[in-house]
Amino acid sequence: MTAVLEVRGITRRFGALVANEDVTLDLRAGEIHAVIGPNGAGKSTLIAQICGGVTPDAGMIRFLGQDITGANTQARARMGLGRTFQISALAMENSVLDNALLGALGASGRVWRLWHPVLKDRALRERAEDALRRVQLIEFSDARVGDLSHGQRRQLEVAMALTLEPKAFILDEPMAGLSAEGTKELTGLLDTLRQEAPILLVEHDMDVVFALADRITVLDYGRVIATGTVDDIRRNPKVQSAYLGEEA
Amino acid sequence: MTRETLLNTLLMALLIGVPLWAWVADEPFTITLATRAVIFALAAVGLNIALGLGGLVSLGHAVYFGIGGYAMGILAYHAQTYTPLMAWPFVIEGTKFMPVIWLVAMVVSAVVAFVIGLLSLRTSGVYFIMITLAFGQMFYFFTISWPRYGGEDGLSIYVRNGFPGLNTLDPIQFFAICLALLCAVLWLNARIVKSPFGLALGAARQVPQRVETVGLDPFRLKLVALVISGTICGLAGALFADLNRFVSPTMFSWQMSGELIVFIILGGLGRVFGPVAGATLFVLLEHLLGGVSDYFLFYVGLLLLLVVLFTPGGIYGILLGRSKS
Ligand SMILES: Nc1ncnc2c1ncn2[C@@H]1O[C@H](COP(=O)(O)OP(=O)(O)OP(=O)(O)O)[C@@H](O)[C@H]1O
Ligand SMILES: [Mg+2]
Repeated sequence: MTAVLEVRGITRRFGALVANEDVTLDLRAGEIHAVIGPNGAGKSTLIAQICGGVTPDAGMIRFLGQDITGANTQARARMGLGRTFQISALAMENSVLDNALLGALGASGRVWRLWHPVLKDRALRERAEDALRRVQLIEFSDARVGDLSHGQRRQLEVAMALTLEPKAFILDEPMAGLSAEGTKELTGLLDTLRQEAPILLVEHDMDVVFALADRITVLDYGRVIATGTVDDIRRNPKVQSAYLGEEA
Repeated sequence: MTRETLLNTLLMALLIGVPLWAWVADEPFTITLATRAVIFALAAVGLNIALGLGGLVSLGHAVYFGIGGYAMGILAYHAQTYTPLMAWPFVIEGTKFMPVIWLVAMVVSAVVAFVIGLLSLRTSGVYFIMITLAFGQMFYFFTISWPRYGGEDGLSIYVRNGFPGLNTLDPIQFFAICLALLCAVLWLNARIVKSPFGLALGAARQVPQRVETVGLDPFRLKLVALVISGTICGLAGALFADLNRFVSPTMFSWQMSGELIVFIILGGLGRVFGPVAGATLFVLLEHLLGGVSDYFLFYVGLLLLLVVLFTPGGIYGILLGRSKS
């Protein structure tokens, strides 16, 4: 099977701290590839290198067959990387719909219109509202993001990635802080979403990971200590001691 | 009608009503004061596109105000002395025709804003403030040491420039021109706020990393905002010079840049009409206190401090409660 996204031998240091060391993994069409690991293992750093923002000290990243290691964040987004942030990065003063529209805008290229009201752009609005509907936020369209609950902000993060209609989703702990109900709904959504584009999913909730993932990569102290199917990982003794041990 | 619209309407009614009354009562000085307020408001609305919407705290917008002023001064000076502005490689004559002067003021301001933006927008926060301030000072000292157009003494223009179909020497007619331009720019501003560009620019102010992750470039958004903003300030500068029939390096001074920011903060950050309220209040205070005390600016400073510390966003904040958007 062809890899949509390939990460080859990525290393990144912050001073003396090695956040990622020789990390290699790939994301294949149609799959959910979960990345797990204890706090500080380097998961978010890995995502920042894939999506732009943090430059690797060594290694290479290929997306859709192209080397994107040196590309800037906007270029990667336009190529089709749809990212969510672990800590919500939303325009807090704006409405939920505004934020979703912003996502749609990036994909549409119609940002340089200074005269036409953005709310009257039917195609843009449809795309934004579609995404909000899929994360169950449509009734909150007019709410200010600053007034949303933490869980709703997480849902909006996902909606913004959806509006891009990306070729790969890169999600950094989308479930963190969601209610049990919210987690269940989002799990259902991600399950169907993998048909549209593969998902690289960083997640702490092991029930979610085991329910969704086709493959799992485990990071510990910046290194990949295991990669494999759900069963491989469950049985892997190294993983059990490093990570699952504390939970099991 | 929301309360904000009501307040906007009241403000504009005041800005139109008072000069109309002054016209009937034959009080040309009051009309001149109102014109001054309208022109300051125009400049502040221009700055507000960069500052309020784009979050660009520029302490150098006097550059564009001054460029507008000197565009008017230089063109009119050559027209009144019957000397060409440039004889080689082709002849450029001066002009006393307002629309041409405005166009020149706006185009030059736009180009300068573009260049300053390219050089300053890589920085942010205090560094951005300092760089814009430095550009302002550069222009200020350049004009002081440029004897050709009066240097420190400035440049006097004897007769106000003309506008087809109007008698610009009549204060109320010149006021009407300025007011019409202010309204046009307010309208443009309101459209921009609601446009895709305005949405993206506002987001670039709040969460630049998000704007990048949806594939947009915050730098370009801010650059365009700065160019629009500078262009409007340039137009205001040309009108200001025409109002006074005089330009001098003080139009480039950092105090001028500071006053524009003061108008916005007094009126209410993030409101389209905020700068209009702020500029009007400022001109009013300047008139009422300027005669009474030499320390007029001290009182404005005090007022500013109170506004920043104790109000939820300027005049608009006081009258409408918690700031919106
Ligand atoms: N910009 C930075 N400068 C210095 N150190 C950093 C920086 N970003 C991350 N780190 C460090 O790198 C290590 C990995 O951080 P990272 O955020 O990637 O971990 P994570 O696996 O996402 O953790 P969590 O589960 O808590 O989200 C941590 O020790 C963190 O303190
Ligand atoms: Mg993380």
